Amino acid sequence: MKLRKILVGTAAVAVAVALSACGAPGSATSGGSTSTAAAGAGPYDLPVVESPSFEAGTTMAKLAEAGTMKIGTKFDQPLFGLRGLDGKPVGFDAAIGSLVASKLGIPFDKIEWTETVSANREPFLQSGQVDAVIATYTINDKRKQVVDFAGPYFVAGQSVLVLEGNTEITGPQDLSGKPVCSVEGSTPAANIVEKYGAVLQPTDVYSKCLDPLKNGQVVAMTTDNVILSGFVDQNPGVFKLVGDTFTEEPYGIGLTKDDTAMRTFVNETLQAAFDDGTWARLFEQTAGTVLPVPTPPTINQY
Amino acid sequence: MVIFDNLPLYFEAFLQTLSLLLLTTLFALPLGTVIAAMRISPIGSLRATATVYTEILRNTPLVLVFIFCFVVLPILGVVLPFMFSAVLALTLYTAPFFAEAIRSGINGVPVGQAEAARSVGMTFGQTVTLVVLPQAIRSVIPPIINVMIALTKNTSIAGGFFIFELFNSGRRLVNDNGDQVIAVLVGVAIFYLLITIPLGQLADYLERRVVIKR
Repeated sequence: MKLRKILVGTAAVAVAVALSACGAPGSATSGGSTSTAAAGAGPYDLPVVESPSFEAGTTMAKLAEAGTMKIGTKFDQPLFGLRGLDGKPVGFDAAIGSLVASKLGIPFDKIEWTETVSANREPFLQSGQVDAVIATYTINDKRKQVVDFAGPYFVAGQSVLVLEGNTEITGPQDLSGKPVCSVEGSTPAANIVEKYGAVLQPTDVYSKCLDPLKNGQVVAMTTDNVILSGFVDQNPGVFKLVGDTFTEEPYGIGLTKDDTAMRTFVNETLQAAFDDGTWARLFEQTAGTVLPVPTPPTINQY
Repeated sequence: MVIFDNLPLYFEAFLQTLSLLLLTTLFALPLGTVIAAMRISPIGSLRATATVYTEILRNTPLVLVFIFCFVVLPILGVVLPFMFSAVLALTLYTAPFFAEAIRSGINGVPVGQAEAARSVGMTFGQTVTLVVLPQAIRSVIPPIINVMIALTKNTSIAGGFFIFELFNSGRRLVNDNGDQVIAVLVGVAIFYLLITIPLGQLADYLERRVVIKR
């Protein structure tokens, strides 16, 4: 039986590969419609602006001229940026990246995705290794000293995940002195230690927290609600979120410092997407499979 | 300057890295010695056991050993404190390296020494502990310190497994200080060098002494 399943699976993959090989050279994934620019293209069905015009010398003009852009995102963040089998990230961050690129006349398959983790987001922007960072990147003042932020395009909030049967912990205030798992070097991990006195059991990826939580080695894990919701969804009946979100994490698009024209352009792009419903559609298609669609945040044009 | 502002945090992590190094050495060095003795013993089953253990652990990525201790053991019902599991994983992984370093030293002792010891009626245990090892240990000190230097850097794997060591202090500070990422990471490197450079110096020193004694 098992062998047959494998055979069927292999056959299905083979057919999929054969089909996608037949597609037009411009179509990025098998899900996208064939690439007539007006009808929208790529996995997020975004119309690519034909030969957009920008003031000469701006970053937008350079990127539009090059016909490609480098976007840094996370490759391990379910719902936001999770690298798929084809090597392209899938999620809301990737969708927002495609949106910005499409307004520059760059189709989805011309975007060069680079993995950015917490430690290399600022250096990559400063050295120009990426043109933008869209990587669940919380806007804060220290970061603003070295990079610029467009957006926010989403506001997450920190929450606490415990085992389904746990009645003792009802929020972050119950975590003082208790072992709590989170990813070291993330803002929520710092918060739970500094504001609530939890004992941090640090790790490098969020999924590693699940086993110790099941084994009782930690009593809770904490990070942004959007990530925790993904785990609740993947493990029905095992985990639950407790309490309300207790921070605001505005996710922004990291851009090169002092490139005001580019920041204004990205902000306008986001605002237009908020207004015409594209933003909500992209959210529904990605993170919205688990989370309710929120109202768009207010752009902070500083 | 971010390094000086966060010295207490660096120091806390530095101590954790240091204790991982010392605890692991404390357990892995004796274990490695036993494995080395097993590999040269006249008893075939001991030799085979030690060889299989050495080859499997030495040729497996350390991360896999960590995953075994932190994920597989709890599934099998063995739930250990994090620090215990980390030292266990590092010990299991490092002991074969110590063993191979010691075995190379043992092989460097002329075989006539062991033959002479056996011919005057010493047991295998006496031969190893009284005749061979004391001569071997001199030439194995530099490679043992090499293994310890590698171990120092390997402790950073524990940072992915719930231990707040140097590597994690770097990640925490990077997040808090997005404007000074490079300085933070240079700080982490300096603290590693604080352990590894003195170890290297010690190896040089001991090596010179060994040369003089011959």
